[in-house]
Amino acid sequence: MSAFVEIDGVSLTYRGATGDVPALAGTTLSVARGEFAAVVGPSGCGKSTLMKLVTGLVPPTLGRVALAGQAVDGPVKLAGMAFQNPSLLPWRNVRDNVLLPLEVVEPHRHRFRAERRQYKAQADELLATVGLAGFAERFPWELSGGMQQRVSLCRALIHQPALLMLDEPFAALDAFTREELWCVLRDVWHKIGFTVILVTHDLREATFLSDTVHVMSARPGRIVTSRLVDLPRPRDLAICYEPDFTAIVHELRSRIAEVRQA
Amino acid sequence: MNKSADRSEMLERLSPLLFTAGMFLLWEAVCRLFKVDPFILPAPSEVFAAMVQYWRPVLRHSYVTLWTTMAGFAIAVAFGIVLGLIVGWSRVIYRGLYPVMVGFNSVPKVAVVPVLVIWFGIGEVPAILTAFLISFFPIVVNVATGLATMEPELEDVLRALGARKMDIMLKVGIPRTQPYLFASLKVAITLAFVGAVVSETIAANAGLGFLMTQAGSNFQMPLVFAGLMALAIEGIAMYALFALIEKRMTRWAFRSSMSAAG
Repeated sequence: MSAFVEIDGVSLTYRGATGDVPALAGTTLSVARGEFAAVVGPSGCGKSTLMKLVTGLVPPTLGRVALAGQAVDGPVKLAGMAFQNPSLLPWRNVRDNVLLPLEVVEPHRHRFRAERRQYKAQADELLATVGLAGFAERFPWELSGGMQQRVSLCRALIHQPALLMLDEPFAALDAFTREELWCVLRDVWHKIGFTVILVTHDLREATFLSDTVHVMSARPGRIVTSRLVDLPRPRDLAICYEPDFTAIVHELRSRIAEVRQA
Repeated sequence: MNKSADRSEMLERLSPLLFTAGMFLLWEAVCRLFKVDPFILPAPSEVFAAMVQYWRPVLRHSYVTLWTTMAGFAIAVAFGIVLGLIVGWSRVIYRGLYPVMVGFNSVPKVAVVPVLVIWFGIGEVPAILTAFLISFFPIVVNVATGLATMEPELEDVLRALGARKMDIMLKVGIPRTQPYLFASLKVAITLAFVGAVVSETIAANAGLGFLMTQAGSNFQMPLVFAGLMALAIEGIAMYALFALIEKRMTRWAFRSSMSAAG
């Protein structure tokens, strides 16, 4: 089976005022269609750069990035993204925030006016899936941080993207809300079945959610280990306290400790 | 408990009136106690008497000042928004124009009035142009700042959907400059007023500035002060109007964490 996301020997160097900063050096990574992949690593290892490469927001200095068999040479136009900061638009209510991508992305932007009612229903349904039924008319400032992050997730998914890129989306939340949102993400993924690349520094999060965990080295980053998470699905939060799960987390942790030493 | 809370709230509402009245009383008292010559500083009672006596010319000249200010301000708003959007759109234009604008803004506008008089003759046109020249700068800067402070992550989200720069401007950039724009209007209207009056003082045959110069050269000090009073009233009224419009138009900015002041 050919990979959906393919990063092949990619290096990226940022030109800075004080000299060139290598962010990635010879990174190779592939993610299958429908796979849930996580990328973990020490801070500043270029994880976020990886996101920008895959979505075509920055071109690689060396190497090749391909999405669904096509080389990426510009913004990819089909990825959903969510970040640590929900960055919702404060002048729009929750529903209109979720609908934003449909006003921009092809082919929806041309149908948007004509089929507004249908899109609205679609947004409300998606909001209900993440537990925000009845909040469509609220404004972002009326919601808690966890709820805002759910809205951000809906905004990333409304146009049914083939690829969802998540950059530490739950890092700013408290532990309980975070675990709640893990389950939300798990359920949406089971239901819709898109490809996910999740960048995180939370090893339990990575292990709980993903099929494969990729460990990156310190800057300049490259993938040093790809660990298959062969825990049975669907997974329940209780799995986090089972020996198999803990073993994987420990293994990843010691791998990262080695990488930081090096 | 409740009663005292009511009273303190009432006191807070009345305090602007109380302070204004107190200032006038103090002024009156000083004039009477020290027997200040009305030619140096007329007491408020004499000023108000002059306002009543000369209400016709004061009103007529106030009207002239009001419309020249508004005309100059209207041009400044239109020009300021367009230039602000252009400057905020492109870094190259921003870099190129900024020093020019700063230089332009630091020239005292009093010095420009004689030039305008040579070009357009004595009358309303130099007053309108001075009002425009003095007030467009804060509008440009605020609109450009509103665009420049857009969250880069939000831009990434939209670009990964294939959004063009124009989409990002229309959906995010322009709406988010609104609080910045309306905050600048409060400042700009006051400046436009100053510009109009300065120009009238130097070269005009109508307007409050002209009235006061005339009264001054006829040694009619109470009339000079009546003109000053009319200026203050007009200035407060215009500021209050735009503060109200600001609150009405950008309610979301006062509620959410993002605000033009911050």
